[in-house]
Amino acid sequence: MFSTLNIRIGFFLSVRQIKRASFWTTGLIVFVMVLTFLNLVVVSGILVGLIQGSVNAQRIKYTSDVIVSNLNDKNYIENSSEVINIIKSLPQVETISARYRLGGTLEANYQTRKETDKPNIASAQIVGIDPAAEDNVTAIAKNIIEGKYLLSTDYDKIVVGSFLLKQYVPVDNPGFAALDKVSPGVKIRIRVNGIQHEVTVKGILKSKVQDISRNAYMVDSQFRSMIGRSDGNVAEIAIKLKVGADPLAVREALIRSGVNKVAKVQTYADAQPQFLKDIVQTFATLGNMLSSIGLAVASITIFIVIFVNAITRRKFIGILKGIGINGKAIEISYVFQSIFYAFCGSIIGLIVVYVMLVPFFIVHPIDFPFSDGILVAPIGQTIFRMGLLVLSTVIAGYIPARMIVRKNTLDSILGRN
Amino acid sequence: MIETKNLTKTFWDGNVETKVLRGIDFRAENGEFIVIMGRSGAGKSTLLYQMSLLDDPTSGEIIIDGHDTRIMTAEEKTSFRLTKFGFVFQDYAILPELTALENVVLPLLMQDINTSQAYAGAKEALSKVGLSHRFNNIPSQLSGGEQQRVSIARAVAHKPKVLFADEPTANLDNESSGAVMDIFKELHQKGQTTIMITHEEQYAKIAEKIIKLDDGKVISVNKNIGRIF
Repeated sequence: MFSTLNIRIGFFLSVRQIKRASFWTTGLIVFVMVLTFLNLVVVSGILVGLIQGSVNAQRIKYTSDVIVSNLNDKNYIENSSEVINIIKSLPQVETISARYRLGGTLEANYQTRKETDKPNIASAQIVGIDPAAEDNVTAIAKNIIEGKYLLSTDYDKIVVGSFLLKQYVPVDNPGFAALDKVSPGVKIRIRVNGIQHEVTVKGILKSKVQDISRNAYMVDSQFRSMIGRSDGNVAEIAIKLKVGADPLAVREALIRSGVNKVAKVQTYADAQPQFLKDIVQTFATLGNMLSSIGLAVASITIFIVIFVNAITRRKFIGILKGIGINGKAIEISYVFQSIFYAFCGSIIGLIVVYVMLVPFFIVHPIDFPFSDGILVAPIGQTIFRMGLLVLSTVIAGYIPARMIVRKNTLDSILGRN
Repeated sequence: MIETKNLTKTFWDGNVETKVLRGIDFRAENGEFIVIMGRSGAGKSTLLYQMSLLDDPTSGEIIIDGHDTRIMTAEEKTSFRLTKFGFVFQDYAILPELTALENVVLPLLMQDINTSQAYAGAKEALSKVGLSHRFNNIPSQLSGGEQQRVSIARAVAHKPKVLFADEPTANLDNESSGAVMDIFKELHQKGQTTIMITHEEQYAKIAEKIIKLDDGKVISVNKNIGRIF
């Protein structure tokens, strides 16, 4: 029975065994537990983090915390100015960026091509923005890799996403058109809503958020007049909230105000592309599978360690039983040892994860084609995994101890099989 | 009082039967010092293991202070060994990761004796065997004689009804053997019931009764008229 007395004696024995065990042996076991812990937390954390980086980027660089966008059957949000007033009246809102958006084409070689040449045209979403407001919400200016970002006075100028330029898209796909030989200072022609206009490329921006890299940006006042949107109705409004504000609460407040009748109201999470949500789920499942394998390896490791320990100490286990020490107390002593190894491994693992790896991956994210991968290790989930590790090692430690303790006392003392 | 009646023990190795004890009748009164002698393979250790409840006989009875051990559970036997018996093994059998003091205190703690009382009892027992300066030494830091004295201190710290000793001097030099036997003498003088196996005639002389075994049978029971104390 697991009586208080047996636990007390088990603890007494385990403390002495650990204290006087070989430093290197203990260190090696703890090292294995650290690796197991890292396997449990880091492998799945990086898998999820690759996608989480993309989700975070989508939030920071495009949707912000809440996004209000046109209904599916409209090109714009009706009564946008009223909607903007409602949004700005909410106390949680820090700033917003209203965007005009329409599909159009960009043409590059119209000045030099012969009549027989194929026009160099790329399709794009052309977005009209207030440059300062957009930068306040999404820090879009940081994405400029060539040339400069727009000023509010930059008429007839455009910033083009790198995905529209051949030199940045090394894909030679006949179904995919990109502009050739376009760099800052080059004039291109845009066509939107049937209107054609010549603009100068002021800058090129590149982001792993494809919604940004596939766009071309103009100053909103010019774009509005180009497309004849005199009512000022925008296509989307990205809302940046104050620190600590809950996007869900803002979404609900906007819905209560009736904004959902003229626009889609979504938090950054709602607005994530479905494929991202699917990948997050798939990677989480994959991570859990890998973690389960790690857990099994940890259990087997502890089983072997405790089994070898117990088998080599079989004589002493026999002596303990011989002098009247309850077998349960001896089993408990091995359980305590397992807990010690698992805890030490987990604590060191926690330090490695939260003091070293998480900050490291924030500063040096993994360069993934569509995201900057980070290490996702929510503390609650990590503690849960640590609990699983401790539980599995307890079981893995108890079973071999019980196997050896159950052997005949005298056979153990005399080393008989 | 320990009594065995027609005690037998048979080992099987496949189909090969080895009868080690062939009907042993034995009786040890409280306070007696009994030595069991005999050549190797005579069944001395096997008899000791049966009487001390470390092993189960094939047949026969073992009665200890009126308790028929045949009806005891394994847990009851463990408890009996803890509270009523003390063991001194030939190879000391002390735990290598425990200090001398911890080795002695462990059975006392297992008896749920208050921690400070248990440590006081363990220190007293070690002091009585001349190891008051070795409390915190682990076995590898002790000589063979000192380890055996730790083993004796552990065996007697809880004042057992019976002290079993299986060739306690077999691995010791003459000086250490003498010191160990002096402790046995002293314990016996204080009324400790002791059953000891030895090959050495000189140590048998301190016993009150010498039982000689051969081929699993008692061949003689001699009251030791020429005791040396």
